[in-house]
Amino acid sequence: MPSSEAVNQSSARGTGVIHDIGYRHYEGPRGGRRQITRALYVHSLRGVFGLGRAAKSKIMPMGLATFMVLPAAIIVAVMIFMGAEEPLVAYTSYAIIVQAVPAIFLAAQAPQTVSRDLRFHSLPMYFSRPLTDRDYVAAKWAGMTSALFILLAAPVVILYAGALLGKLDFMEQTGDFLLALVAVLLLAALLSGIGLLIASLTPRRGLGVAAIITLLAGSYTVVSAVQGITYELGSEKLAGWAGLFSPMTLFDGAQVALFGVDSNTPAGPPGTIGKVVFVVVLLAVIAGSYALLSLRYKKVSHS
Amino acid sequence: MNRTIARLTMRGLLSPRRLLLLSLIPLVLLAVAGLLRGLASGLAIDESTTVLATLGIGTVLPLVALICGTGAIATEIDDGSVVYLLAKPIGRPTIILTKYVVAVFGAVLLAVIPITLAALILVGADKGVVLAFAVSALVGALGYSALFLLLGVVTRHAVVVGLLYVLIWESFVGGAVPGAQALSVQQWSLSVGEKVADDGLISAAVSLPVGASLLTAVALFGLYFAVQRLRSLTLAGEQ
Repeated sequence: MPSSEAVNQSSARGTGVIHDIGYRHYEGPRGGRRQITRALYVHSLRGVFGLGRAAKSKIMPMGLATFMVLPAAIIVAVMIFMGAEEPLVAYTSYAIIVQAVPAIFLAAQAPQTVSRDLRFHSLPMYFSRPLTDRDYVAAKWAGMTSALFILLAAPVVILYAGALLGKLDFMEQTGDFLLALVAVLLLAALLSGIGLLIASLTPRRGLGVAAIITLLAGSYTVVSAVQGITYELGSEKLAGWAGLFSPMTLFDGAQVALFGVDSNTPAGPPGTIGKVVFVVVLLAVIAGSYALLSLRYKKVSHS
Repeated sequence: MNRTIARLTMRGLLSPRRLLLLSLIPLVLLAVAGLLRGLASGLAIDESTTVLATLGIGTVLPLVALICGTGAIATEIDDGSVVYLLAKPIGRPTIILTKYVVAVFGAVLLAVIPITLAALILVGADKGVVLAFAVSALVGALGYSALFLLLGVVTRHAVVVGLLYVLIWESFVGGAVPGAQALSVQQWSLSVGEKVADDGLISAAVSLPVGASLLTAVALFGLYFAVQRLRSLTLAGEQ
């Protein structure tokens, strides 16, 4: 008796959306696809940092965020104390130097973002709303990318503030700073694509964490070992190409190519062709991981 | 030791599909060893041992031990199926010991043997390097497995905490602050290898007596506390 009217109403709208199953009525305004996507984005972004969740869930992301900015704060303090003429650490180098921290952050939080929905079978509930699988992927990807961007950009902002406080050249520093922000955004997109894709393949959190970190840290260690040795042996070109095979060195090569900054690896991308290849591969990996993620959820939403 | 628990853990940890995925890690190590061997027939022996120490003992071994050590028990705690195991009249020491043996077996299969092979490819069978790395990797596997098994029982974030230890403490802090290396399973295992190989080929931050005793202590305490923790395990809900 109470529900029949509401059910009729929604079927009359022809959306096929389950809203009212007869327990409790809701007569307020209802958001559409866009509002739901936006809400899911904000929810995912907050969730990555543990906001809106139990205190225990905040320890890991907040602790890692502290690890991320603490060295920058120390560097700034030293810089001002010494009266340095140049930034001690380039804005574009910082993320590479402390790379273990964003890598662990991604490994810990990407599975949190997507695995739980898979594990507790809550996806059918999302998709019973006007939200589509594409919207879900877009919201989750944007949430993870924004979170990583905040994590990676915060220390750069601190370094920049320190440079201004230390009365370094304003125009030069601002230019470098803005370029570094763009670079960091690319890195955030690269990492979140890879992390979410791996995490979306397993409903087991521990496995996802291990897989992501193995890919990031393992490939970096292997690539830098190969680079170090081939460079020592005088094969600079080979050392440069080796950089394509790990996300961090790939990003580094691309930022060398795009912004003309110094490479943080033994050898940057070789020649003009190398530079073009690094940028193209970086963009291809970002787009490819997003496409595969969409494909994965297309399958999930139809099963 | 309990045969049934061992069989079930083994099936969960090293199912054909997972084994295939996990074997990618040692395969990459072997591929790099082969590449370096093919690329540079004249790679100096101390360079080879550095590669083996950083890539093998420093990366492959802890990663594999982390996956096997936490995978042996943390996954069961995570999905709650551990209650069925705990409800059986089996002593907690037996459970932990069995899980430990399986975790070590996984680490030997996927890390110790490949590291030994990589040493054979890179250096060849002279100056005791191969034996040194085999022994180092084995004692490292014994230490890491106990440590990560304990983590798996203590915290729900075992993998992340283990990674923090391996990547931040052993690699990052250990690289910058030499004192931190005194408290690193990696250096303790290398201290054993240092003695086995010819002089000066493998360098460790601690001496053999210190390394060996700390390693034994960590392994024994890890297992002891894991047993104690398992006695009073409560299952928390998903946060």
